[in-house]
Amino acid sequence: MKIVIHNSLKHFLYKTLLNYNIYNEVLINFKAMKLKLLIVAILIITSCKQEKKTVAESTDIDKNKVDNSIDVKNIALEIYDYEGIEKFLNKKDDKIYVINFWATWCAPCVKELPYFEKLNSEYRDKNVEVILISLDFPHLYESKLKPFIKKRGLKSKVIALNDDDMNTWIPKVNKDWSGAIPATIIYKNDSSKFFEQSFTYDELETELKQFLN
Amino acid sequence: MKKTIKLMSALVLILCISAFTMNNSDFGGYKVGDVAEDFSLKNIDGKMVSLSDYKDAKGFIVTFTCNTCPFAVAYEDRLVELDKKYTEKGYPVIAIMPNNTDVKPGDNMEAMKKRAKEKGFTFPYLMDEGQKVYPKFGATKTPHIYILEKTKKGNVVKYIGAIDDSPRNPSGVKVKYVENAVDALLSGKEVELKETKAIGCSIKV
Repeated sequence: MKIVIHNSLKHFLYKTLLNYNIYNEVLINFKAMKLKLLIVAILIITSCKQEKKTVAESTDIDKNKVDNSIDVKNIALEIYDYEGIEKFLNKKDDKIYVINFWATWCAPCVKELPYFEKLNSEYRDKNVEVILISLDFPHLYESKLKPFIKKRGLKSKVIALNDDDMNTWIPKVNKDWSGAIPATIIYKNDSSKFFEQSFTYDELETELKQFLN
Repeated sequence: MKKTIKLMSALVLILCISAFTMNNSDFGGYKVGDVAEDFSLKNIDGKMVSLSDYKDAKGFIVTFTCNTCPFAVAYEDRLVELDKKYTEKGYPVIAIMPNNTDVKPGDNMEAMKKRAKEKGFTFPYLMDEGQKVYPKFGATKTPHIYILEKTKKGNVVKYIGAIDDSPRNPSGVKVKYVENAVDALLSGKEVELKETKAIGCSIKV
């Protein structure tokens, strides 16, 4: 992949240099167009960078205090190994599933959770279900994950994945997944799309709509 | 006028190319078998560190790690153990902190110094200032390990992935991926398991 790009780039540069005189003539005719292109290019690149910035946010781990003040007795949490999780990733019931891998310790995950919640509430009656798969540490289910679910009033289904054999199950979720979270799958029956990235609400909705149509 | 046009077209070209390479590094980075470029990054003691400083090393255990990711923190003690065991055999640990510290102040130089002291890091803990090194490697998360072997053509990537098969629970480790890989290299063998996957925190940009 890398070599292909490099070679095509070299080829492109080579050709550009060869045809420089012609290229220059053409440029004069199209200078107005070029100026537009330049502006567009700058806009695209700066907007890319800005978008990346919004994805990021502040440290979470140092805020991860154990919260004992919340009563979590009535919070039920389903816990599965990967085999148990697989059934949620392979349903064939014509419903659209939005599966988000997250954890309370993952700051960008926590940041995008409200968007998944919003998606769930707005599209629930359109045959869409959001499932949040938590990768929290098992010894913190009671003291951290459950209080978080209650405090945030999460309406989407939250299930916990407790399976240390990550090198086996990560590639099964998606062969391109490096293991970084947040990660999201949107699927309907046999068509599915995987994202190793953070979302804004608009981006998430745009991706969902491709499955709705 | 002609000059401005030339300048502009050059600028457009540069922008196109940089957009290309940005894309490339986002999804690419080193694969097993690639030669890793050397770097010069600031250590917590203020000195600059490069791979070429290690004249006697046979290779390196390069790890992208940070203070603020629970999965990275879970591996701190195991990193120290790795360094103690393999530095003398020629494979020192080199830790690089790739996060944007504006986003993660808990990973800034002061915090790195403090953490290294608390945990007794025996290896350099380098700041990827300007976040230029991690994209070259193609690291996406912390922790993310790259084992390099020093050869005549350069430092060749021999393994990419996790340290072992039990990130959250050190007592549950069954397979020590990194140790197996370095042991193989030390005895002149091929690394059997060249790539592994584990959950980690996305690198903060």
